[in-house]
Amino acid sequence: MLQDHSTPPGGKSPERAGPRLPGASPRAPLGASGGSQQPSPVAPSHKPATPAAKAGPAARPAPKPGHGPGQGAGLWQGLQASAARIFSRGGASSGKAAPDQIAAGRVPSGRTPPGAAGGGAAHGAAGPSRFNAAAMGASARAVLVAGAGRLKAGLTHGGALTWRSFFRAARAMIGDMFRMRADKANSRIVLVGAGFVLIFGAVIVRLATFAVMPPPASERYVAGNTVGVARPDIVDRNGLLLATDIKTYSAFAEPRNILDADEATELLTAVLPDLNARELREKLSTKKGFVWIKRELTPKQRAEVHRLGIPGVGFLPENKRVYPNGPVAAHVLGFANVDNQGIAGIEKYIDSQGLRDLAGLGFANNAADLKPVKLSLDLRATHAVRDELVKGMAHFKAKAAAAMIMDVNTGEVIALTSLPDYDPNNPVDALDKDRINRMMVGVYEMGSTFKALTTAMALDSGKVNINSSFDARGGLHYGRFTIRDYHGTNRILTVPEIFLHSSNIGTARMALAVGVEGHKAFLRKMGQLTRMQTELPESAAPIVPARWGELNTMTISFGHGLAVAPIQATAAVAALVNGGKLMAPTFLKRTEAEAANVGKQVVSAQTSEAMRYIMRLNGYRGSAKKSLVQGYYVGGKTGTAEKVIGGRYARNRLFTTFMSVAPANKPKYLFLTIYDEPQGLPETYGYATAAWNSGVTTGKIIARVAPLLGLPPIFEEPKNPFPNMVRLGAWGTR
Amino acid sequence: MASRAERTYLGQWWWTVDRVLLVALGAVMVSGLVLLMAGGPPVAERLGLSTFHFVNRQVFFLAPALIVLVATSFLSPRHVRRLALFIYLVSMLLVFAALQFGPEVKGAHRWLNIGSVTLQPSEFVKPAFVILAAWAFSEGSHRRDAPGTLLAILILPATIIPLILQPDFGQTMLITIVWAGLFFVAGLHMMWMIGLAGVGGLGIIIAYTFVPHVRARVERFMDKSSGDTFQVDTALESFYQGGWFGKGPGEGTVKRILPDAHTDFIFAVTGEELGVIACIVLVLLFMLIVLRGLVLARRLEDPFCRFAAVGLVLLFGIQACINMAVNVHLMPAKGMTLPFISYGGSSLISLALGMGFLIAVTRKRPTAPLYDRISPLHRSDA
Repeated sequence: MLQDHSTPPGGKSPERAGPRLPGASPRAPLGASGGSQQPSPVAPSHKPATPAAKAGPAARPAPKPGHGPGQGAGLWQGLQASAARIFSRGGASSGKAAPDQIAAGRVPSGRTPPGAAGGGAAHGAAGPSRFNAAAMGASARAVLVAGAGRLKAGLTHGGALTWRSFFRAARAMIGDMFRMRADKANSRIVLVGAGFVLIFGAVIVRLATFAVMPPPASERYVAGNTVGVARPDIVDRNGLLLATDIKTYSAFAEPRNILDADEATELLTAVLPDLNARELREKLSTKKGFVWIKRELTPKQRAEVHRLGIPGVGFLPENKRVYPNGPVAAHVLGFANVDNQGIAGIEKYIDSQGLRDLAGLGFANNAADLKPVKLSLDLRATHAVRDELVKGMAHFKAKAAAAMIMDVNTGEVIALTSLPDYDPNNPVDALDKDRINRMMVGVYEMGSTFKALTTAMALDSGKVNINSSFDARGGLHYGRFTIRDYHGTNRILTVPEIFLHSSNIGTARMALAVGVEGHKAFLRKMGQLTRMQTELPESAAPIVPARWGELNTMTISFGHGLAVAPIQATAAVAALVNGGKLMAPTFLKRTEAEAANVGKQVVSAQTSEAMRYIMRLNGYRGSAKKSLVQGYYVGGKTGTAEKVIGGRYARNRLFTTFMSVAPANKPKYLFLTIYDEPQGLPETYGYATAAWNSGVTTGKIIARVAPLLGLPPIFEEPKNPFPNMVRLGAWGTR
Repeated sequence: MASRAERTYLGQWWWTVDRVLLVALGAVMVSGLVLLMAGGPPVAERLGLSTFHFVNRQVFFLAPALIVLVATSFLSPRHVRRLALFIYLVSMLLVFAALQFGPEVKGAHRWLNIGSVTLQPSEFVKPAFVILAAWAFSEGSHRRDAPGTLLAILILPATIIPLILQPDFGQTMLITIVWAGLFFVAGLHMMWMIGLAGVGGLGIIIAYTFVPHVRARVERFMDKSSGDTFQVDTALESFYQGGWFGKGPGEGTVKRILPDAHTDFIFAVTGEELGVIACIVLVLLFMLIVLRGLVLARRLEDPFCRFAAVGLVLLFGIQACINMAVNVHLMPAKGMTLPFISYGGSSLISLALGMGFLIAVTRKRPTAPLYDRISPLHRSDA
């Protein structure tokens, strides 16, 4: 008996170890109720009787006061590990569950015929495993022993006796529950310590996450930190200001501190009449800690709101982006939103270059700390271009217009205007479909301007030279299609003549001489078949025919059937005239040396000279006469494309382009003007083709801008500007 | 002074007190003063007081606190009990006095103005309560003839009902948790522990349902947008702004708008100015005191000393845990000061008293006589 007691629970006493096996684990039996789960229901059902009978008498005195604590502590001396305590708790719970189980076992055994005893035995079998698990815990020992004893009694004697032992068991259990176990203090102190370690550990982990994780972008955080974000100034190539930050104040409210939302709304709308009173009242009636009332107040408004003295209304300093030139260069600059984040154009580009990261780290708070961003644009030239274009668009009643100037040697965009445009200071209509940047986001069939590319391809391929001639009589028949000339000559033309007369037939024949694959490869090399990437995030991919046969090559050769962004075509033409180097256009300042590094030789220098020659020829003898500005040695090419309306080319809806280069002998600038659906006028004799509108406007632009750009006028014909052409005896040199 | 050759009173003290605990407490007190130099000035300036008002006051209270701590640590357990009983009775009297005569501050009668000193008697109740409860539990655990456990149970309502009347839910909660912890360590049956936890949970649910500001606080904790979370948000921003190494002493800016920067949220100010690493060191320091106290408690043989030590450690540790957890937004806002760090004269002296008690009860003592009296069983395994 004593031996039995001093054996630690879970010890090696064979009677205990034996029946313990069927029970999965000391905790598991709590949930396992079916006796059928036991591997061998019959054998264990007898076993529990043995330890129960033995332990029974020993356990009975346990509840008696005075006996318990000392003895109990003695039993437990060997067990300091808190793991054992956990077992004991599991046991205690099992012990608690025991009476029910016993009651369940009793009913079949007492009241049912022997035939049903199997069920009772099964229940009995459930008991032992349970009790043996419970035996792990000394606190439950009295209960279980009494219970097991009673179970046995119940099995043998039946009803009356069982009740008595049931009460005894219950009393033992309750007595146990009221006894303070001082002997458990040590392990429980360990548990308390573990609890503290857990809490302190959680605090430490949390602290570490503060240092490691970026702060969450809550509204207050945004209001407190990123609103102050400054943006670098944007200046043009000469250092003139295009965009800058100014300090303003924004009014906010803390609705929880607003005493009377109605009164506050009334006062605020009196001072700021453009506020929506209903919305404001709703905002102020919440229990939020922060709402904006109005961003970017004028100093006067701020003073007035301040004078209202409404508690819970305050001001935050903000940086407001200002574009002093209004809509000039709007499409290049893009704009910043009210939180001073760039969301379009160069402004967005600046953000993507690390400004946003800087701001997140709390650096970019003062514009003075940030280096201004220098663009390739020339503000004065851009203004002049826009001015001429606005006038021209009104004059020719065009739906839209665009113009740009590119430095052919560096790929810098000197001026870019797309009409209709918007004021980046108040970009409410910037997202209008009509206000896209037509130079970059619109894709168009460029019309005859594309003939420059075809001619260059033919000359550069070696299959055609400057003196080759092509039959431009009648029409060019291909299947059921016939290609005709707009200014029909009905004779055999040399290459310069084809360009001069803008002969579709001749150009198509030139392209056929190179072949479909050669044509495709050349256009790909010139960057006409893929999206052109510049600093501006807005761009469009060209529309390339899915199946490209001979007919496609023929139409594309004169600028129909392939839609590209105008800037793409400009870059390609720039390469044709600058000596053959193709470089991606840029909106940032770039030197010629830097450009030479990124440039890629796409056509030979001689081809380039031929292109300059025929463009110059066209400039004073051909379709480009209208843009002829004395003294700048201008060359150029017109282009008129019929727009596709409902899947058909519409005769009266034209897209006109004019590309000109100055000076043609040693090109510096390339000018491009486009009009969308210009109308014929009395003074143009009803014509709406490119020469009558785009060409005229380009001429005005060149006359106005060339002095600004420092282009020296040339009053005497340059001596031998095209030596190779003279040597070859090209048409027009004689 | 501390030669072991002769048994002077002081020498005996020095060789029997736990010096780890003593040094750690000293370190906490000193860092408290340093941190108050960061957290105090902005609040003082906001209130229009001189810049170092709170620091000066804290230093002014630190001297008596040190005296209390050291003096208390000289006491024997018997005298600790007697002193605790005396303090308990006196401070409970003062609690009632505060209820009756104290000025109403922020809707509560917690303070008593005695001359120029404002006293918060409930602060002094806490250590005394712990000692008395520990005493009752120890009596209950080894003597059947004394109704120790019953006393231990009754002392809780006797203490917290006046506190609830004040009302002071923070102290009530703290005292109840410490009491439950003591009950747990004293060997309460697990069933009762579960029951107590259930009652506690029920209490929280009732408080959530019927006490509007408790409900508001919990909701704000769960869902930031449901109300004003200015204080907690600002505290969190302090930590974010501080990063690992902090902005440097005196460089903090968030602390200027952080309410209670000198008391409940001084931990956040620490985070902003000295960084997360300093905060972690502070947490580890508190952890050292708590764990050291528990280790000592485990070693003690005398049940009273053991329970008293555990109770005092619980009082100290839980207060620190709650404060830090609120600061880092791990639990809903609850006004609780950071022991020895936050500003507060009554709190400082009460904590000194408690820690003095702790050092007193954890002193090394000859144990054989006790052993015999308490548990004869240590002989059976010999």
